[in-house]
Amino acid sequence: MTTIESRPETATKAPPGAKRRRRVHPVIVIALGAVLVVALTYVLPPFRNYQLATVGAYFCVTAGLTVLTGLNGQLSLGHGALMATGAYTLALAQNRWESLPLSFALAVLVTTGVGAVIGLAAARLRGPYLAGLTLAVAIVVPSVTSTFDETFNSDQGLSVFLEPPPEQYPMEQWQAWLCWAAALVVVLLLALLVRGRFGRDLRAVRDDETAAKLAGINIARTQVLAFVVSAACAGVAGALFAYLAQSVSPGAFPLTLSLFLLMAIVIGGLGSLFGALWGALLLVVLPALSQSVGEQTGSQRLEGNLALIVFGVVLVVVMLAAPGGLASIPSRISRLIRRNR
Amino acid sequence: MKRMATAALSVVLLATAGCTNDGGGGSGSGGSANVPGVTDTEIVVGTHMPLTGPAAGGYSKIAPATKAYFDYVNANGGVHGRKITYKIKDDGYNPANTQTVVRELVLQDKVFAVLNGLGTPTHTGVLDFLKTNRVPDLFVASGSRSWNQADKYPGTFGFNPDYTVEGKILGTYIKENLAGKKTCFLGQDDDFGRDSLEGVQKVLGPVAAKESYVTSNPNVGPQMGALKAAGCEVVVLATVPGFTALSIGTAAKIAFKPQFVVSNVGADPTTVGKALGAGAPLLEGVVATNYLPLNTDDANPWIQLFKKINAEHNGNAEFDNNIVYGMSVGYLFVQALQAAGKDVTRDKLLEAVTKNGFQGPGLIPLRFSATDHSGYGGAQLTKVEGGKAVFFGTPYTTDDAEGPVTAYQGQAVTPPQNGVPAA
Repeated sequence: MTTIESRPETATKAPPGAKRRRRVHPVIVIALGAVLVVALTYVLPPFRNYQLATVGAYFCVTAGLTVLTGLNGQLSLGHGALMATGAYTLALAQNRWESLPLSFALAVLVTTGVGAVIGLAAARLRGPYLAGLTLAVAIVVPSVTSTFDETFNSDQGLSVFLEPPPEQYPMEQWQAWLCWAAALVVVLLLALLVRGRFGRDLRAVRDDETAAKLAGINIARTQVLAFVVSAACAGVAGALFAYLAQSVSPGAFPLTLSLFLLMAIVIGGLGSLFGALWGALLLVVLPALSQSVGEQTGSQRLEGNLALIVFGVVLVVVMLAAPGGLASIPSRISRLIRRNR
Repeated sequence: MKRMATAALSVVLLATAGCTNDGGGGSGSGGSANVPGVTDTEIVVGTHMPLTGPAAGGYSKIAPATKAYFDYVNANGGVHGRKITYKIKDDGYNPANTQTVVRELVLQDKVFAVLNGLGTPTHTGVLDFLKTNRVPDLFVASGSRSWNQADKYPGTFGFNPDYTVEGKILGTYIKENLAGKKTCFLGQDDDFGRDSLEGVQKVLGPVAAKESYVTSNPNVGPQMGALKAAGCEVVVLATVPGFTALSIGTAAKIAFKPQFVVSNVGADPTTVGKALGAGAPLLEGVVATNYLPLNTDDANPWIQLFKKINAEHNGNAEFDNNIVYGMSVGYLFVQALQAAGKDVTRDKLLEAVTKNGFQGPGLIPLRFSATDHSGYGGAQLTKVEGGKAVFFGTPYTTDDAEGPVTAYQGQAVTPPQNGVPAA
């Protein structure tokens, strides 16, 4: 009685003749997740709630990225830039119209549009060339903000106008609710999407383009769609980050962010939505952990740099111990047990 | 179900980590008996600093110096019997990180106040958060005018002379000493550069040419080329130390030799000279401002005190103006704590800062009052001679509006015998 079957690591790992396990509908999993999150926000102290909110925001983008990279095989190093698009759109819209729902909608819309443009170009490229294109997109963000500094205010960025939350709820709890509401909706939509025909198309294109074409799948269309879906998720995440930080600046969306996102989904388990959750969790927990370690050793210079090392080491260790990522560990263990029985 | 279980487990782990660190959690919103960050023996204060990243050069030495001064005070009995604990968090000059570390300081470490948070873009983002949580936000390490909004942010106070004040003083120097020369401007593309330019132009009128740079792009070749092409004879730099070095070095490479006039925050000769390496002699004759004693002035009693503390509590780090700055911030904070009295609360601390009357290493008075939350109200000019900055002329004071730039006649004070301000 495992969860969503349509995740690739089960789809690719499971031997063809494996007996089909019963599916739990994604709606049930998401509903359980929602209950858990709401419960947590009442138990956790404020700072942990803020971190929980950040996990939620990261979850949106890692989920989208894992569908693109894991299920469709398109490597994107530019998701940080897509998040920046969402964040800046939210900031600009929010400062002009002061309506959060409208700003969110615009942020997702604009990022989806940008994603469609990049996706159209990306569908013509393969492997390293695709990585190169998306890398360029990630690098161009600071230059765009300083070239059009009248609008984007260069390195200093923009502050975001926000209404305080309703009186009776603490700010951090409110932030956690909002971020996780968005995250769970995004993940639910993704889970429903990849369960069906679209998911099969994605995987078919990833595994063998010629075979997919023979089966009547429109390759370019599938790839562009995958990129658009993934970009929309990044847009949601970017908007959430702008909301959490109450400001946007190019420094918040550096190239390392895009690389970290990729590392996170690989460590979590490529192509798996649960892996994306693990990745999002690591993106918040590892820097915090390494910071406290850095503080305890007393070397302040270490604090900012240690997270990079820790991430690298974790990536190496996980790849050695569980090539399918963290999300594959339970199934590996259960397979081991079954074999020994 | 197993995956669900592991995911759930991880979240629970996160939760328990939160609870253990927090000791059960309880919001303690500042009643008279329960002041966050204050016990009978300890006061916890926090800051956010660029210890790594593009602005770390020079600035990363400030917070350790402040901490060293607190350690010195602690070794001498503390403030009203309480020892000061200074929590330094690295934000890498990234506003997103600042959000996280300041929340950690306030919500988890329960600091009494945030002291000397560095950076205009970084600190701007946490103003609202600190206000909502009623955390005193003292002596922000930046010259932006945003800190001086007594109505909107009653808990926020600046430290540096704001960049417009400084720009007016630099402009006055150019008007009096370099009259008729073609004056140009290179500034950081944010409030720092804009405010500074505004100050310069208030005195001089429009500059002949102006250029800007961003810290994420370490190349000022095009800018310096444009200034050279415009025939500039005087170039005002509103730059952080790394970019001061870059600008002066780049100008030398293209045989462009204007008189450089540099903002205080980017003018420390030790920091800039180190970045220039073999090109350090290029700094000769550079004009800047300062409002604290200079690190090379060994005859100054403040420098003697700070050097002693630097040797005893700061591992004898290279003594530059960043250390003088950090220790001056520490001294001012201890003054404020002393003035707030034994039964210190957040409100009492703010009251003490508002009352002002602090006399310390600064060459000019602090402007703090009920309506004015900006820091020092002026500065004195310096010139690099023989590799060292030296003061010349008198200190000037002015405001960030249309007020005149006037000479300040007040006398400098000497530090107390034991180096700790009296209650």
